[in-house]
Amino acid sequence: MSETGLDTYAENTWCKGCGNFGILSAANAAFKTLAAEGRPLETIAIASGIGCSSKIVDYIDVNSFYSIHGRVPPTLTGIKLANRGLSVIGFTGDGDAYGEGLAHVIMSAKRNIDVTVVIHNNRVYGLTTGQFTPTSPRGFRGKSTPRGSVEHPLNPLDLMLAAGATFVARGFSVKADHLADLIVQGVKHKGFALIDVLQPCFTFFNTYKFYNEKVYELEGHDVSDLEAARARAREWDYGAEAERIPIGLFYRVERPTYDEEVLRGLVLAARRERADIGAFIRSHM
Amino acid sequence: MEDFSILIGGKAGDGIRQIGGLVAGLLGRLGYHVFFWDDYPSLIRGGHNFSLIRACRCMIQANTDSVDLIVALNAETVDRHKSRLKPGGTIVFDADAFEAEGLGLNLGSMVKQAGGKPVMRNTAAFAVIGKMLGLKWEVVEKIVRDSFKKATEINLAIARAAYDQAGGTTLDIEAGPAEPLPLMTGNEAIALGAAAAGLDLYVAYPMTPATSILHFLAAHEEELGLVTYHPENEIAAAVTAIGAAYAGARTMVGSAGGGFALMAEAVSLAAQSETPVVFVVSQRPGPSTGVPTYTTQGDLGFVLSAGHGEFLRFVVAPGDVNEAFELTGLAMNMAWKYQIPAFVLTDKCLSESTYCFDAGGAAVTREEGLLWDGGGGYKRYLDTEGGVSPLAFPGTAGAVVKGTSYEHDEYGITTEVAEAVTAMQEKRMKKRAGLARDVETDLEAVKTYGPPGSDTAILTWGSTKGACVEVAEALGVGVVQPVILEPFPAEALRSALAGAKKVIGVEVNVTGCLADLAACHGVEVAERILKYDGRPFTIDDLKKKVEGVIG
Ligand SMILES: Cc1ncc(C[n+]2csc(CCOP(=O)(O)OP(=O)(O)O)c2C)c(N)n1
Ligand code: SF4
Ligand SMILES: [Mg+2]
Repeated sequence: MSETGLDTYAENTWCKGCGNFGILSAANAAFKTLAAEGRPLETIAIASGIGCSSKIVDYIDVNSFYSIHGRVPPTLTGIKLANRGLSVIGFTGDGDAYGEGLAHVIMSAKRNIDVTVVIHNNRVYGLTTGQFTPTSPRGFRGKSTPRGSVEHPLNPLDLMLAAGATFVARGFSVKADHLADLIVQGVKHKGFALIDVLQPCFTFFNTYKFYNEKVYELEGHDVSDLEAARARAREWDYGAEAERIPIGLFYRVERPTYDEEVLRGLVLAARRERADIGAFIRSHM
Repeated sequence: MEDFSILIGGKAGDGIRQIGGLVAGLLGRLGYHVFFWDDYPSLIRGGHNFSLIRACRCMIQANTDSVDLIVALNAETVDRHKSRLKPGGTIVFDADAFEAEGLGLNLGSMVKQAGGKPVMRNTAAFAVIGKMLGLKWEVVEKIVRDSFKKATEINLAIARAAYDQAGGTTLDIEAGPAEPLPLMTGNEAIALGAAAAGLDLYVAYPMTPATSILHFLAAHEEELGLVTYHPENEIAAAVTAIGAAYAGARTMVGSAGGGFALMAEAVSLAAQSETPVVFVVSQRPGPSTGVPTYTTQGDLGFVLSAGHGEFLRFVVAPGDVNEAFELTGLAMNMAWKYQIPAFVLTDKCLSESTYCFDAGGAAVTREEGLLWDGGGGYKRYLDTEGGVSPLAFPGTAGAVVKGTSYEHDEYGITTEVAEAVTAMQEKRMKKRAGLARDVETDLEAVKTYGPPGSDTAILTWGSTKGACVEVAEALGVGVVQPVILEPFPAEALRSALAGAKKVIGVEVNVTGCLADLAACHGVEVAERILKYDGRPFTIDDLKKKVEGVIG
């Protein structure tokens, strides 16, 4: 499927036409680029949650931790705190990130832990066969909302800007090169990066036509301007209607990262100096 | 005096615990064995707080009902506790605040005259206790100077006034010949035991009675060379610890039962992904929010079964600070040896009470787990004879490390193939043989006290062993205390109880959790003495109850 040499022997079980394929090629291309730019593949660690999207870790031959539903940000945080030398990237679904584990996403953005999270946002629960998610449009008829969801969708980009994320972007799985570039930028960004990826679910929420008509790439946008980022993020509210849907980098700012501030230069996974506990007890207790 | 107790009471915000700590520290430095129970309700202002400190020339790990000295900063302290006063004992109270029988001192006015804040009545109380213990002013002065870094001169003036008014010595302490032992709480011992076994990262969300592990490690993280992290909730805490352990850091998390309930999914994740993590669970009375600042031993069943699926775990239950230090270190090393979740089950009484630490046998070091030697293609879940796969961590050239919550093949790729699922379940269970061998033969899983072969034995666990050991000694019966509860040391327990015709279960819970567990392993516990008011047994109370049973 790809010539990157990053494939595993795992059988790919995504539906034909699934937007996840585009994200997979973008991720592989991004890792190749990062490796060529001096981040060897063994220094990449990825993690996923549970969902169709999260299967991606089985398909890429790099270090990975296939975590549990909703818990990708704390998994990434643990890996980063253990070894800051790693590039740490999460891949997971919208139900996983914005439903089950929303608090973790907000808090990771707030504390600016230096990890990147790629959300495969198909606006549906794929693996559990088609229920509405926090980003499904109002009126979405899923198996748990047969009369149509009465809830308004959440705008994750607006939320991330409010939470203090230092890198906020949106990609589209059909535009894999554009997405690969966003992932490279997200990983290189020092701080918390969230990339929400519009990913059609061929089987339960086929949005190809809608996105192909509406999506456009941001141009001439000042990524350091928070108000401008907010305005762009609000161009579309994740509802059923849209004038236009911008993709690209909305916001980027530098702030000290949580890991650099708390780790005091330590690499916990390779700590050599050990405190003398006996001496500590004699002097303190 | 050989053995005496001091009770200091007031309302929350009066600084009772601080004075309790100073008095305990002072008595410890004089070579006494000390036990200090900090009794406080779950509130910040008001309510009734007291510190109960017992000092003895021999080893003690529990309180008595009766006390020799009561220092009361409010009337409630006198009302509630005067019945505990021994004949000839003294009550000292703040005569500016209320009237009572005993020695009234104008503590409030002393504070006012020195220009201090109301909370500084506790400095006055400390100086009074110092005087009654027969300490020279210079000794009291030094402690006050060392302990009150802010407003030192005001505190000294208050202490001096109180010292002068306090009257004579009523608790005559001889300077002991014994070498003073360090004092620490159970939570401090847990923190230090983990640090000695190589703890790199402690992750916790505050919840009494586990919170002080986080406070202690955060305060000392630079000296101890580790890092602490307080995330958004317990789910994040436990999963972060797993992520960090996957990447090669030794991690521990801690909470009470309520917070641990949120970690159950992570326990299961640690088991499936074979990621070593230590979970500290400090018990307080439940169900639910229960009685937050008091003690129980009611979460044994929960900790033994938390997490869905079938898997191996290692559970220790220390009963004092020495055991807390050693067993936490053991839990960390066993977690890494077998790549399984390990648990330290403690309770409010052990976690927050202060004990003497006798480091004698307590040598804890970081024991390395099985590491990948770099040969062959790396497989995270390589099926080996003992079930333990060599570890490599992300960042290792030549190794792709794939950890996972799904059932998986040796490489770490998801599988649902029947044979592969069977093989992995069996691979994880292969570790049972080594683990059981360690518990039954190499480790001291069951401790015994008292005369060997006595007809009557008390079966107890956790902090309750302190009172049991002292009572048993007085009554000439034995005590048996399992300190490893999973894998359950059935053989060792049966042989420890071999001579006993009558086994009495003594626990601070409402059902007798250990007695029930022992019964599942064929150990009959004929009688149960249970207490479930949130307070630990006192020596007097337990002695009466055991006498009642043995007749
Ligand atoms: C704790 C928990 N609750 C529920 C599930 C069941 N479950 C598996 S995937 C999923 C939803 C996945 O939706 P999403 O994150 O959007 O991923 P997608 O399949 O759409 O890629 C759910 C609810 C689970 N695995 N764990
Ligand atoms: S259900 Fe949807 S998201 Fe899941 S694999 Fe099929 S198309 Fe993709
Ligand atoms: Mg989805």
